[in-house]
Amino acid sequence: MLGLGKKDTLLLLLVTALTLCAPFLLNPFPVNGGLAQFNAGYPDLMQRFVIFGIFAIGFNILFGLTGYLSFGHAAFLGAGSYAAVWMFKLLSMNVLPAILLSVVIAGIFALMIGYISLRRSGIYFSILTLAFAQMSFALAYSVLTPITNGETGLQVTLSDPRILGVTANADGSIPVTHLFGIEMRATEVLRMGAWEFQFSAGYYLCAVMMLLAFYLAIRIFRSPFGMMLRAVKSNQQRLYYTGVNARPYTLAAFVISGMYAGLAGGLLAAMDPLAGAERMQWTASGEVVLMTILGGAGTLIGPVLGAGVIKYFENIFSKLNENVLHGWFAFLPDGIEDVLVAVIYPFVGKGWHLTLGLMFMAVVIFLPGGLVEGGQRITRLFRRGRSPEAQRRRTPAE
Amino acid sequence: MEAIILQTLNGLDKGSAYALIALGLTLIFGTLGVVNFAHGALFMIGAFCAVTLQRILSASFVTLDETRTDFLGNPMKVETPYVEAWFGPELGGSIIEWSVPLAILFSIPIMAAIGIAMERGLIKHFYKRPHADQILVTFGLAIVLQEIVKHFYGANPIPTPAPDALTGSYDFGVLLGFDPNVIIYPYWRLVYFAFAALVIGAVFAFLQFTTFGMVVRAGMADRETVGLLGINIDRRFTIMFALAACVAGLAGVMYAPINSPNYHMGMDFLVLSFVVVVVGGMGSLPGAVLAGFLLGILESFASMTQVIALIPGINQIVIYVVAIIVLLTRPRGLMGRKGVMED
Repeated sequence: MLGLGKKDTLLLLLVTALTLCAPFLLNPFPVNGGLAQFNAGYPDLMQRFVIFGIFAIGFNILFGLTGYLSFGHAAFLGAGSYAAVWMFKLLSMNVLPAILLSVVIAGIFALMIGYISLRRSGIYFSILTLAFAQMSFALAYSVLTPITNGETGLQVTLSDPRILGVTANADGSIPVTHLFGIEMRATEVLRMGAWEFQFSAGYYLCAVMMLLAFYLAIRIFRSPFGMMLRAVKSNQQRLYYTGVNARPYTLAAFVISGMYAGLAGGLLAAMDPLAGAERMQWTASGEVVLMTILGGAGTLIGPVLGAGVIKYFENIFSKLNENVLHGWFAFLPDGIEDVLVAVIYPFVGKGWHLTLGLMFMAVVIFLPGGLVEGGQRITRLFRRGRSPEAQRRRTPAE
Repeated sequence: MEAIILQTLNGLDKGSAYALIALGLTLIFGTLGVVNFAHGALFMIGAFCAVTLQRILSASFVTLDETRTDFLGNPMKVETPYVEAWFGPELGGSIIEWSVPLAILFSIPIMAAIGIAMERGLIKHFYKRPHADQILVTFGLAIVLQEIVKHFYGANPIPTPAPDALTGSYDFGVLLGFDPNVIIYPYWRLVYFAFAALVIGAVFAFLQFTTFGMVVRAGMADRETVGLLGINIDRRFTIMFALAACVAGLAGVMYAPINSPNYHMGMDFLVLSFVVVVVGGMGSLPGAVLAGFLLGILESFASMTQVIALIPGINQIVIYVVAIIVLLTRPRGLMGRKGVMED
């Protein structure tokens, strides 16, 4: 179907089903129950899941396929956000032109940075991209203030022209982002007994975009172009000796992944018309690296998985505080309860970064293939002994 | 002329910090071939060694002074640091005051222990893995170290003053025949520069004039041959890692009075230090030091008002621009050796 193999079609259908049913799947706990804080099915967080999923899918096209580790991808996300907000300010609050422009701007930006950075490989490439991203960040904060509005961040205001839209609503409020009239913040709430499910227009727009991005990524992975990128990763020297210039391929991969980042930035701005320079900071670039590695670099589903896990931790685990923990362990004797809470507390709430760091280190050390490899190992454990054929196939031909 | 001297001086202290961190990075890279993203965290831990020692020294007990009363009419509570009780107020007071310089002694064993633990416990297993993996695992380690420090010391910067005797400024202009108050420079920054020069000199002397250093240099040049000669080069490289950690830690200890330590100060310095290493040439120790000072001074020149008026925003990006130009025109950096990291 759609030019995909049987396995890929299955994967795409699975991801489609999961994203479309996400409002149900992410809200498994009753609203008033004690576990309600683990519900992730509210629009804001769901949007983040898919938007950062797009960002990570794009990053994976560069890092997973070619092995070039960019530490400056957040610059493209930031550029996309700025472009989208400017579209909202000048043209109209319709998200479509904004998203298109953010992809184009990020693509051009990636072309410029990639053209220079890709002259070097390995650690030099990482540092060049890092330098460019930090430079963009510093410029956005200082000299480019007329474009980026400096520290305050770029916002839509009541005095913007908006040629095709309205400057202000009839009641004097700032118009909201919409897609041909469907407001992005519109949310339907469905109550079923003790459960509550939220369906937001913004989420579904992002979800459709992610599915498109995911489909495109599968096609790239399976195309001759994707094979070429893998060849760059496994042995660039050999490619040169066979008379292939790898640069155009890596540059194309860099630009594509930059455009993915731009799309993510545009969507972020479409959901909430704000853009700040901190989106370009290198810690933001580090985050997408974490997502991709955690999920599994070079795999299709890995980056999405990693983005989901990290965003879930960031929003849900960071809310746990000492009282919640005491509530959980209340059934234990007092002494044990206090000890348990004291042990667990540094890892949740404000300290969730610690858990993230430890988890990331564990993945890099023990599971270089990320969560996906973990899953594969577990399934293999169950299948062991049944098919010696599969066992033999595991050793790749070098 | 005054402006040039002043900016050069201003650049020295930042340049010293860059040079020290970059020196440590290069030591690790040159010996073990590992790109250490956790080096900034080591710098940060050094600064927190100074904070810790200051806290330990000012640990105090409370006594009730019956002769005086506080505003509620209760007997006044007087806090006396233990150190003052043991050594008398004179000596005890100055010990507390000089806690930052004293932290140098305190931090060396700690940093060495952390360095050895890091190398033996983690980095050792990553020699054969690709550079990307090394970057990633040390990046993760940096996050973990940062969060541990944040857990114990909180997220706010902790002011760590220098001794009173060194808090003033020195009027350099008078010395060189300019008008007074034209070129003034804080004492502590002078101390920092002198300290950095001393540490750098010591590291170079150690590598150049001792047998141990000679073996290490031989190992940097050709690890395999040194190993074949029956020398346990791994153990020596572990010690070099500990040395690099100490250098970063010392840079952090002495930097505490200049910039109140907070948990992410390491990351801020790390990015710049990597740029410094690349500009200086990966694996070249003199290159790292030279580039550190050069970039520090360049940065301070770029923040002169006249320069900013000419090219707005240049002070923010000058280091990166220089790095990009150097990488594209001289890929090996200013003093890079052939064959290092050229894949």
